[in-house]
Amino acid sequence: MSSHPSSPLHRPTPHESAHRHVTGEALYVDDLPAPPRMLHAQVVTSPVASGRLVRVDSTRARALPGISAVLLAADIPGENNVGPVVKDEPVLAAETVEYLGQSVALVVGDSPAACRAGASLVEMELEPLQPVLSLEEAISAESFLGPPQAISQGEVDGALAFAPLRFSGEVRSGAQDHFYLETQVSLAVPEEGGALKVYCSTQHPSEVQHLVAHALGWGSHQVTVEVPRMGGGFGGKETQAAPFAVLASLAAVKLGRPVKLWLNRDQDMAQTGKRHPFLARFEAGFDAEGHLLGLDARLYSDGGWATDLSRAIMDRALFHLDNAYYVPACRFVGQVCRTNLPSNTAFRGFGGPQGMLVMEEVLNRAAERLGLDPAVVRARNFYADAPRNETPYGQLVTDNRLTRLRAELLESSDYASRRAQVDAWNRSATHLRRGIGFQPVKFGISFTTGFLNQAGALVVMYTDGSVQLNHGGTEMGQGLHTKMRVLCEHELGVCADRVRVMNTATDKVPNTSATAASSGADLNGQAVAEACAQLRERLRPVAAALLGVPAEEAGELSFHGNAVHARGQSVPMVRLAREAYLRQVPLSATGYYRTPGIHFDPRTGRGRPFHYFAYGAAVVEVELSGLTGEHRVTRVDILHDAGRSLVPNIDRGQVEGAFVQGLGWLTCEELLFNAQGKLLTHSPDTYKIPSLGDAPEDFRVQLLEQAPQDGVIHGSKAVGEPPFMLALGVVTALRHAVSSFGPSGREVKLGVPCTPEAVLRAVVAARVR
Amino acid sequence: MNALRFCLNDRWLEFSGIAPSTTLLRYLRDTQRLTGTKEGCAEGDCGACTVVVVEKDVEGKPSFRAVNSCLLLLPMLHGKRIYTVEALNSAEGLHPAQAALVEHAGSQCGYCTPGVVMSLFEAAYRTDLDEPWKLDAALCGNLCRCTGYRSIRDAAKQVAGSCPKDRFSDQLAGAAPGPMQLTYSAGPQRFVTPGSLGELWDVLEANPAARLVMGGTDLGLEITKRYAEPALLVSLEALEPLRGIREQPDGTAWLGAATFLTDVEAWSRGKLPPLERMLRYFGARQVKNRATVGGNLCTASPIGDLAPVLLALGARFVLASRAGERRVPAEEFFLAYRKTALGPREVLAAVEVPPLPPGARASSYKVSKRREMDISTVSAAFFVQLDDGGRVTAARLAYGGMAATPARSRSAERVLVGNPWGLETVTAAANELTRDFTPLTDHRGSAAYRLLVARNLLRGFHDETAGTPVPRLPHPHTATAHVGGGGA
Repeated sequence: MSSHPSSPLHRPTPHESAHRHVTGEALYVDDLPAPPRMLHAQVVTSPVASGRLVRVDSTRARALPGISAVLLAADIPGENNVGPVVKDEPVLAAETVEYLGQSVALVVGDSPAACRAGASLVEMELEPLQPVLSLEEAISAESFLGPPQAISQGEVDGALAFAPLRFSGEVRSGAQDHFYLETQVSLAVPEEGGALKVYCSTQHPSEVQHLVAHALGWGSHQVTVEVPRMGGGFGGKETQAAPFAVLASLAAVKLGRPVKLWLNRDQDMAQTGKRHPFLARFEAGFDAEGHLLGLDARLYSDGGWATDLSRAIMDRALFHLDNAYYVPACRFVGQVCRTNLPSNTAFRGFGGPQGMLVMEEVLNRAAERLGLDPAVVRARNFYADAPRNETPYGQLVTDNRLTRLRAELLESSDYASRRAQVDAWNRSATHLRRGIGFQPVKFGISFTTGFLNQAGALVVMYTDGSVQLNHGGTEMGQGLHTKMRVLCEHELGVCADRVRVMNTATDKVPNTSATAASSGADLNGQAVAEACAQLRERLRPVAAALLGVPAEEAGELSFHGNAVHARGQSVPMVRLAREAYLRQVPLSATGYYRTPGIHFDPRTGRGRPFHYFAYGAAVVEVELSGLTGEHRVTRVDILHDAGRSLVPNIDRGQVEGAFVQGLGWLTCEELLFNAQGKLLTHSPDTYKIPSLGDAPEDFRVQLLEQAPQDGVIHGSKAVGEPPFMLALGVVTALRHAVSSFGPSGREVKLGVPCTPEAVLRAVVAARVR
Repeated sequence: MNALRFCLNDRWLEFSGIAPSTTLLRYLRDTQRLTGTKEGCAEGDCGACTVVVVEKDVEGKPSFRAVNSCLLLLPMLHGKRIYTVEALNSAEGLHPAQAALVEHAGSQCGYCTPGVVMSLFEAAYRTDLDEPWKLDAALCGNLCRCTGYRSIRDAAKQVAGSCPKDRFSDQLAGAAPGPMQLTYSAGPQRFVTPGSLGELWDVLEANPAARLVMGGTDLGLEITKRYAEPALLVSLEALEPLRGIREQPDGTAWLGAATFLTDVEAWSRGKLPPLERMLRYFGARQVKNRATVGGNLCTASPIGDLAPVLLALGARFVLASRAGERRVPAEEFFLAYRKTALGPREVLAAVEVPPLPPGARASSYKVSKRREMDISTVSAAFFVQLDDGGRVTAARLAYGGMAATPARSRSAERVLVGNPWGLETVTAAANELTRDFTPLTDHRGSAAYRLLVARNLLRGFHDETAGTPVPRLPHPHTATAHVGGGGA
């Protein structure tokens, strides 16, 4: 079909809900009008990190006025498990408790206050056991979740043995709370005939549907899950919305009344998993020019008490240790550790940031030891032509945009002269020092669990030509609904006000994958386009007849502006749809897509796990104080490869938001537990995500131009996660500034998160001569 | 009368029977079904619940104030006008604050957006947004996890200070809200807002267990986080004698204890830079719009940010009771951890800040994990006076976060006084800090970090005041002691 100038594709468009966001009309699960007779619920949690559950007594709680029920593990009719991959995650603790904050009981009552009172009366008798509360403890106790995972390439021992520069070290990265502004929430409403409707803030409605059915001992057909929109997800609602949805559902079915379970901020932060903290131990070999010769790295992640997605996250960490660089010889081994802490889970980047941080640290330390510009060391190690184009897992880097990105960004950001200015400034400065860093990113796009790479859509046209668009993806702010609506407008030639993007619901599009892995637009976009194309092609002969165009020339009809046009005439969609209906042409279509050609064999560690790679690069400049360690990002230049962007302003927003979220992980966000395993930083009073003043004051984001991607919807590329890792440039820039306090040729001792305290400690270490 | 009355979105409401500890946020969402206002944290740290209240400024004129509805108790709103996000758009279309956010793609998930809109709404009608940092200060109380803030900042640049002429600006031309005297009870809880000091003394004498409250930004947390149900709260909000700022003939500034910090900050600009600097990072706009001088001091928290400034500037605290007023020096006010010199049935009426003598050097510093909207790891305020020969004749070095109360380091001061003001003396004085302080290690910072920062801030003060004896904060700046840059 011919693309018309009025198509909204590749042009700026306001977020599909922008108007409703700013007027307060946008409804989230907790905003839905309470159904009649709705009850509230509150989880009662374990007060210890590890223990045997001897007795739970809810007698006093149940006797309290306003309390309808107290659910315990024994009250679950079906499967007491919500483990998404490994069945090791009970909804309610039965015999043991595995972390401080684990759900033990659910109190259901007339009001949140009644539930609170009831919860305080649930008695628990516990025999405390010795908990495992750190990666080190887990490693020495061999407390692991599954066997090690590994990929390797070449002869790493030999490469290291003969490397002119050889060093070893450790890299740690911390946990990060998702801090979606909307906390976890589910509303379960019983329907007639033994059915249930669950409104849930989740990235994975299908999984919630299946897990609710399993817990009830029902068929999935009895459960419908609907997601209006989320107030942020970032991975935190991929698997971890399910336990709370299941609890609300169990109570709703038991009592025959609607039940809402909403977590307040402190409950949410204490109960739910975070980004995995990692500990890496490595040995690296370089030549004198900074070419990486070999890297032997062992990664440990803190999976928390249950497996959740930890093993897939470790896979992605291993797949991204290389980042943008060719590693001639390597051995990457990952081990997920089991601790008595909340079960860590998906978070934007999904292990990628933790893996990449290791490589970036290795390169920074090598550059510092060699006295080279880290940007130069990075460029020298870029993936290039064969044989320097093979990843450690055997996939070839065939669509390499690193060199182009680097060249364009270093020029537009004036990197070389600014680095010289920074060095000059530092030579005459006392307390205030500056640093600059260059950060490339290469990120693999696809679920690494191959079968998840599928999506569906259902497009419905009514007899007035208006359209309801359903697809399998969920809207969490990333603009997926906007992109899908734009695709629908483009394919059908209808205008925005004639397309309504419906809530994501399991009765419209079944068996969906989570909206995750940056894949929402790639996968659902293809399905939406396919469904729309089917409808369009069914309408085409009808339109041809109405316009008097011979059937064999129907291909020249143009669909745009709520009408179909040919030879200077047009028929409005409202008439065409009516005519199609009268001619008994079906006006609904389903679309389906699966990503072709991806595979990976975990036994050999080889395969082609990714459909393609997304790229980006950043230049980051910082200033810090040697008196207090306070610091500020003064300027950021980003050139990001979003392919031929479907909606450029949406993609720019993703790049900016991801960068600042990464900045938070690397600078101010710090989760601290006490010696009993209790989270100390469980609210924004103590857990600090970036605020407006932390965002770069001079923030220049450009999308790479003339960069369509083959085999992806309209040449676009996934954009949700890759730019998160551009923030790693902040660490490089801070290290540059810190290094100015000491002699050159020395490794900077700066760990993440780079809080003012961590920076000042590094400055003190650098000053020691 | 036992009824609450306020004007919500241009509609006067009167009701009784709702517990006085009910927050405005819960009332909006649960009773009024106005769900645009969101709960993100229930502690005033995220701004998703921001609404706007019409408040009397120090000159008695009405102004819009963005506030966290999660920390406001209903009786605090008696007699006031409140606007929520639902009031903004009309048949004519979006309010400029809303339109700017749409135009600049300033919403993604949308959950923080109504709060951002209301902060922008306040900023739209402000006439004092004459420096770029004020936009940051106006919006730092609204956390957004999606956008990375660039788009919100661009929207703010467009709308802030634009002073649209509309039905809202008409409110600013009218009379200021009237007196808010109130006696309200529901169930076992009472909330009293005395209209005069005499009435206040009566209430306090009759109810020894009464809790005093002003803006509620600290006490509110007991209700939203620990679910306290105070039997009797006595609000000082309607007591005009405790409110306002007066410059006395000798240059002393009289700051009424019930004065909102937003007003103190506006007054301090250019006049008292040590106070101005501290208030810049004291907290979010929404918090400063409700927090008061007296509230911050009377909690006697070791990390209350006003205390070090007032200690360093040699302020006097005015304590009032039925018997009259008495004055105590700032350092005699903080007795122990969260314990003050206030007697029973006595309230803090004001603080009196003497003018800086000619030649004095003074500044203040706040170091926290995050620059904005965070609690101090260490705060400090310093005052030194030199004679003509450059010797220190007087010194007050005050710290927060270093001890159980905000406190001066007498040992370090002793080293300074009588010695020439220079790096050598400053270093010697800094070495004395360990005599006076054994700070804690907690989630905000280690004891070692606190001590090192405390030392370094003194060094920073020395360097920073070398050129300007009483420096303001430059914009933009990286560090609380923004000094020691290169010459390039």
